[in-house]
Amino acid sequence: MNNQSISTTINGRKFTFDVYPNQTLLHFLREELGLTGTKCGCEIGECGACTVLLNGEAVNSCLVIVPQIDRKEILTVEGLAKDGKLHPLQESFMNHDAVHCGFCTPGMLMSAKALLDKNPDPEEKEIRTAISGNLCRCTGYIQIIEAVRDVANKA
Amino acid sequence: MQETENKMKDQKYIGKSAVRIDGKVKVSGAAEFIDDLDFGPDLLYAAIVESKFAHAVINKIDTSDAEKIPGVVKIVTGKDFPFRFGLYMHDRFIFAQDRVRFVGEQIGAVIARDAATALKAAKLVKVDYTELPAILNVEQSLTKDAFLIHPELRYYKHVPWFFPKGETNIAHLRKVRKGDVQKGFKEADFIFEDTYTVPRYAHCAIEVHGAVGLYDNSDRLTVWTASQSPYTQRNLFAEALAPLGLSHKDIRVVTPFIGGGFGGKAGVSMEILGAALAIAMKGRPVKVLWSRAQEFYNTYQRQGLTARIKVGLKKDGTIIAMDNILNWDAGAYVEYGANVVNAAGLSASGPYNIPNVSIDSVCIYTNLPPGGPYRGFGYSEFLFGLESHLNEIAKKMKIDPIQLRRKNAIREGDILNYGGKMNANGLIEAIDKVEKEIEWNKKETSSDPNKAIGKGIALFWKAPAMPPNASSSAFLKFNEDGSINILISGMEIGQGLLTVMAQIAAEVLTVPPEKIRVETPDTDRNPYEWQTVGSHVTWGCGRAVESAAIDAREQIFDIVERALGKDRKSLYLDDECVKSKTDTNFSLSLRDFIIAGIQKPDGSYRGGPILGRGMFMPEFTSALSDPETSQGGHPNVHYTVGASAVKIEVDRQTGKVKIPKVVLAVDVGKALNPDLINGQITGGLLQGIATVLYEDMRFNEKGKLINANFTDYKIPTSMEIPDEIVPIIIEVPQPDGPSGARGVGEHTMIPCAPMIANAVEDALGIRIKSMPITAEKIAMNLKHSL
Repeated sequence: MNNQSISTTINGRKFTFDVYPNQTLLHFLREELGLTGTKCGCEIGECGACTVLLNGEAVNSCLVIVPQIDRKEILTVEGLAKDGKLHPLQESFMNHDAVHCGFCTPGMLMSAKALLDKNPDPEEKEIRTAISGNLCRCTGYIQIIEAVRDVANKA
Repeated sequence: MQETENKMKDQKYIGKSAVRIDGKVKVSGAAEFIDDLDFGPDLLYAAIVESKFAHAVINKIDTSDAEKIPGVVKIVTGKDFPFRFGLYMHDRFIFAQDRVRFVGEQIGAVIARDAATALKAAKLVKVDYTELPAILNVEQSLTKDAFLIHPELRYYKHVPWFFPKGETNIAHLRKVRKGDVQKGFKEADFIFEDTYTVPRYAHCAIEVHGAVGLYDNSDRLTVWTASQSPYTQRNLFAEALAPLGLSHKDIRVVTPFIGGGFGGKAGVSMEILGAALAIAMKGRPVKVLWSRAQEFYNTYQRQGLTARIKVGLKKDGTIIAMDNILNWDAGAYVEYGANVVNAAGLSASGPYNIPNVSIDSVCIYTNLPPGGPYRGFGYSEFLFGLESHLNEIAKKMKIDPIQLRRKNAIREGDILNYGGKMNANGLIEAIDKVEKEIEWNKKETSSDPNKAIGKGIALFWKAPAMPPNASSSAFLKFNEDGSINILISGMEIGQGLLTVMAQIAAEVLTVPPEKIRVETPDTDRNPYEWQTVGSHVTWGCGRAVESAAIDAREQIFDIVERALGKDRKSLYLDDECVKSKTDTNFSLSLRDFIIAGIQKPDGSYRGGPILGRGMFMPEFTSALSDPETSQGGHPNVHYTVGASAVKIEVDRQTGKVKIPKVVLAVDVGKALNPDLINGQITGGLLQGIATVLYEDMRFNEKGKLINANFTDYKIPTSMEIPDEIVPIIIEVPQPDGPSGARGVGEHTMIPCAPMIANAVEDALGIRIKSMPITAEKIAMNLKHSL
């Protein structure tokens, strides 16, 4: 298969790449760009560990092929901190003990960010719905929901 | 008993909810897991050739087509590694030799320059089989004319507390005989007997298993693994590969962060492939990463159980006899799973004081994937039956189920099944608090006629299952600025171990946890830990860290005494300084001397870098006992106990269960970090609730797992959580625990299945004796009971 040229913005930086059209965004981020914060848990869109933002929408990066990010913006967990300072969601996850093993955390943060960017004051049900595609086997979710709600309350 | 010194005084860091010291690295995306490590462009990838059959003889393996694929570097099979291995019993090979015993078993591996090529070529390896009949359940395996899954069983090397029955499919039989069970039943006014079944379950850590091995040209083998057990892995790799001339010192196991374990990443399962393939490809790193499907069918699974439970009681509800037969579907290899059977057998009378007990816990080979450790280690399985059965008994005897439990609950000093005495515990307090919180005596009805409300309770207990010489050790190093690095090989698996270890050292040395770094293990650098399993590392590794901190403190006092002539007995630590009770003006900051030493008037120095060393082995335990009765040893260090209750709302038409409220009280001895314990309670409850309401492994008639993905094996999402969870922490100190603490990690999921079964019965009057209790099963039962 021929390579394809794409222009994209990843974590605020503009890039032009020659890409394999059949590579998933997940593997592109992890293997070509070294952005290993985005995790791989199932590769078939079931677990949500690979969630990133594509033009502000939370997507499973294992279900996106690289040409789909042409002229679009991608945000990964590595892009959440600004000027060396953690994002309020990251701080809140730490303070609410919403991070146990930490493997679902990057995807969970991205789903939470997608929600709060559109809906800064969500109901609990809306928070639950927003992270319902992100599986966590450690926490029981409650601390995660509280962490998200706390950010909304403080905003 | 080895007493801890740090328990009675006012504490500054213990008992406080310190923020996780590994929080920042995890929220920032910087935390490295096995698949995040960079091994450079020379890295090779392996894909596995897997058995299509549950039971077959391998006649021939033809790799010629696979070898033609460009990018394939090497193909290995069983003949390259004719070595047995196993944790407690050597019943496995690295690759199948002449026989396969479950669908998905590894037969060979293709090593290639990229993962896709390896996978493509693995599919082209032709295996010529002769299919044999497969045994897919315990009943079939126990029949007299059943063929032998392991004809060589009698020759397998195993630990001295296993009792395999040669020429049968029984890999281990744990027999417990306490008192006189026949006499007990004769004296009983009532006898109730029933059978309960539990299917297999999957851990479903969100991170899959993975291993990378490098056997370099200096004959050094390094294996990076996603593991709970780096030292156990090093030991097993060394044992299995000893014929190749490798010694422990030449093997290094590095474990980065792991994305959940739950027992599934304990011991050695697929990680042996990382070691073996590295040996096969000397000079280049080789990576094996499981797919989500492999994660389901070729790692340890929670074993299935058929439990026949017989209980004899006096009229007043006193249990005087119990006779349980536990038949465990342990799968094709039981090198770890047999110890689940063993541990469960010792404790299968539950947290009750019963004078006459007979238990047969039977480890049975089947042609299903290997069983092994899963959070709860057998206790969740037998307590489903026992705690369900006690409610049935209470109903038939017209006794309140909580009263029945309170009356028989085990208390400190009561005699355990193996003859030892029960440790101090808060079981009665847990029952009382749970009863009150769930408003047990308030019968509730729904305003919606289609909904039924029910309440259920279950007690739980569990002891760590560990060899009597399972040890922990720790090094503690001060840095120039007074900060500390602690080196341990206890594993951070999400429970917060690193943070709690920092808190324990902080308390002794008065250095705040945020100035303490604790890293994940590297066997070259970090000292020995047996494994992070059995909810024992807070206790065991915690004691080692506490001891290392005390060792460092004594060195500090020694330097101050020698350099400054201070009376050692007057010295104490406060706020990162050495102070004196007799000279209140004296205060010397740790950072001023813990590396540099203290200068004398003549310009010379006293002291040097402070290096604390700590070790803990429970020297009071022993696994030696009479094989016919289990009397005489001291296999368990202590039990953690508790009670849990739930209120459910069931839809009478669909069978769907909602959980408005769940309460769990657990006696943790001492809550070193309450937030982390609450995290174990919420997480454990949801994992346990999932085993009863949603999950189970389904196999087809050929022994193939048919739901090896998250769509067909549905674990709970944020939409399935209870409306309200009330965690209750009880603190009856464990005298030999760090600050009185004992383990809590596994226990929080153990009561879930029976308490929900009991709530379903309370709501609808139907008793479901087989897990899971899905909406479908409830609805079918309702239909039949109409």
